[in-house]
Amino acid sequence: MAGAGRGAKVTLSNLERSYDRVAAVAGVSLDILSGEFLTLLGPSGSGKSTTLMMIAGFEKPTGGDIAIDGKSVVAMPPYRRNIGMVFQNYALFPHLTAADNIGFPLKQRGVGKAEREKLVREALALMQLPDHGERYPRQLSGGQQQRVALARAIVFKPRLLLMDEPLGALDKQLRENLQLEMRRLHADLGITFIYVTHDQEEALTMSDRIAVMNAGLVAQVGRPEDLYDRPGSRFVASFLGESNFLPAIVRGIEDDVVVAECEGAIIRALCPGRPATGEKVMLTTRPERIRFADGAFASTAPQNRLSVTVTEAVFAGERCRYMLQARDGTAMVLKEPSSAAIRRRAVGERTEIAWSVADTILV
Amino acid sequence: MSEGVEIRFEGLAATRQSGVRLPWRLSWRPVMPLLLAAPLLLFMLVFYALPVLSMLMRSVNDPSWTLSHYASLTGDTVFLKVFSNTLYTSLTVTAGALLLGYPVALSLVRAPRYAPVILILILLPFWTSVLVRSYAWMVLLGRHGLINEALLAAGMIDQPLRILNTPLATQIAMVHILLPYMVLPIANALRQIDPSLARAASGLGATPWATFRQITLPLSMPGVAAGVLLVFVLALGFYITPAMVGGTREITLSMLIAQQVDQLNWAYAATLSVVLLATALAIIAAFYRLPGVGHTLRTSAR
Repeated sequence: MAGAGRGAKVTLSNLERSYDRVAAVAGVSLDILSGEFLTLLGPSGSGKSTTLMMIAGFEKPTGGDIAIDGKSVVAMPPYRRNIGMVFQNYALFPHLTAADNIGFPLKQRGVGKAEREKLVREALALMQLPDHGERYPRQLSGGQQQRVALARAIVFKPRLLLMDEPLGALDKQLRENLQLEMRRLHADLGITFIYVTHDQEEALTMSDRIAVMNAGLVAQVGRPEDLYDRPGSRFVASFLGESNFLPAIVRGIEDDVVVAECEGAIIRALCPGRPATGEKVMLTTRPERIRFADGAFASTAPQNRLSVTVTEAVFAGERCRYMLQARDGTAMVLKEPSSAAIRRRAVGERTEIAWSVADTILV
Repeated sequence: MSEGVEIRFEGLAATRQSGVRLPWRLSWRPVMPLLLAAPLLLFMLVFYALPVLSMLMRSVNDPSWTLSHYASLTGDTVFLKVFSNTLYTSLTVTAGALLLGYPVALSLVRAPRYAPVILILILLPFWTSVLVRSYAWMVLLGRHGLINEALLAAGMIDQPLRILNTPLATQIAMVHILLPYMVLPIANALRQIDPSLARAASGLGATPWATFRQITLPLSMPGVAAGVLLVFVLALGFYITPAMVGGTREITLSMLIAQQVDQLNWAYAATLSVVLLATALAIIAAFYRLPGVGHTLRTSAR
C-alpha cells in the first residue's frame, strides 16, 4: 500500500503489568509493523486490554518496554504520545457537540479555528455524518456515536490508532457493517491499527495479523488463516474456531509428517517440532474439513480415515452438524454443507470419515 | 411528594391503556404515599406551618389589613443597610466555601484511599452543634485567642489583631460551618463523571490542566450550582454565628429580626421575615432553571 511509513511501528519487549503481585500481563513481546492491522484477541482477563492501555499510556508497565518507531514511550504521559484511541463506551464528551468532540484533539494541538472547522467537516463527511455536527452525543444513535468517536481519534492524523472492543455494544448487523468500514478506513489511512476484541470472528474478518492472548501472554501471532489452519496450541485451536481433539501416541516421523496411532487407526499429522516415538500427543482438526468417506468418495490428497458412529445429527440450514463417536469413545464434530443431494445421516449409523493430512495438526 | 405524583401518573396511564376497569385494590395505590406521609404532614401543619403563617400574616395585618410595612421598607435606611450587608456576607461566604470546597471535593473523588478520612474531617464539625462551633471560633479568634497568641509568640505582630466581633470573623466561621454543603454536592457531581472521559481527553492530547478546564470543570458545574445555592440560601438566614462572633455593628437580617422580636415589634419582624423568605425562594427558583441543577439537587439530597 502507498501508506508505507505513514503508520507507526510498535515494539513491545517483555512487557509486564502486575497488580498486587498478580500478573495481568506477564511478559508480552510483539513487533507490530508499520501500517499493520493487528488484533489482540483473547478471553476476558487474558491481558489484552491492559496491554492496549499500556501502549496508550493509561497504565504504567511494571516491567519491559514499549517503543514507538524505535523510541521508548514508557516515561511519556498519554497526552504527548500522539496516539488515537477509541474506547469501548466511546467516551464522548457529553457537554460538547459531535463537532466539538471531533475538534477537541485539534484544539489541544493549537490548530486555528478555521482550519479546525475544515478538518472537522472533512472528518464528519468521511464518517457519513455531514449533518450531525451540531448534535450532542446523547442525541446520536450507538452507531453514530461510534463514528464520532472514530472521527475524533483520527482527525489529528495520528500514526497509530488503538481500539478497545469498539463494536462490543452494537447489534450484529451494525457491527458487521462497521467492521467493513473500519477495514476500508485502515486501507485509506494507511496507519497502524491495534484492535482489541474477544470476538474471534471479528478478529478473523478484519486483521492483517492476530495475536492470541491467554493468561497474560501471547499464545500465538500470525495471519488469520495461518492461525486457523496451523494453531500452535490446544488453546489457540479451541479459542479460534471449533476444533476436534484426538489423543494419540507417536509411532514415527516421515519427513515433516508425524505418524501417530489413534483409536486403533494410523493418523498422519503436520508438526512443527519432532516429538519422540511413544510420546502421548494431541492431534486437532476442524469439523468442516472432515468428510463422510463411505460410498462414492475419492481423493488424491493423503487422507486420514476413522470409523465412527453418529450420535447426534442437527440440521442447521446452511450446513448439517453431526456429533460422532470413535471406537474408543473420543467425541468428534463434523460439519457438512447442506444439500438436498446429500444423504443425511441417521443417529446410530456406523460409517467412515476422512480428512486431509494437511488439515491435521499436532498441538 | 414527587414519588406520590409519579405513581399516580403511572396508575392513570395504565388505566387508559388497558381500558379495563382495575380491581378496587389498585385504586388505593395513588393515595398510599400520601397516607404514609400524613402523620408528619399533620404535625408540620399544626406545629410549623400555622404558627409561621400567623406570624407572617402580621406583616400585612397589623393592626389591620395594610401594605404600609412593606412600603416603608424602601425608605428604611437601617433595613437597606442590613439587607445589603446580609447579601454581601452570604456572597463572600459562598465564594469562600467554593474556593476552599472545590479542591476538597476533587481530592475526595480523586483519592479514594483517603476519601473516608477526608469525609470524616468534613462531617465531624457537621455533627457538632453550631453553638459549640461558634464558641470554638470565639476562643480561636478572640483578643487573647489562639490565633493572636500564636502570631504574637512568633513575633509576626506587636499587638493582638481585632478579628472577633468583625464581619471577617463571621465570614470565617460561616465558611467553616457551611463547607460541607458545598463539598458534598460538588463531590457528588464529580463522582458521576465517567472516568474514561478524562482518559480520552488525555489520550487526545489534553494536558492534565486542559482536561480539568475543558472536561472536569464544565461537567461538575451542576454540582457547583447546587452547592452555591445551598450555601447561599443557608447563609442568608444564619443567626447564631453572626450574633456570637460578628459583633453588633455589622448585623444581618436574622439578627435584626431577633432584635425586633425582642422589642415586641412584631409587624416589622414579620415583614423582614417575609423579605428573607422571598429572597431565598427567588434564588432557589432562579437556580432550578439552570440546566442540570434541579436534578443534582434532588440526587444530592438523598
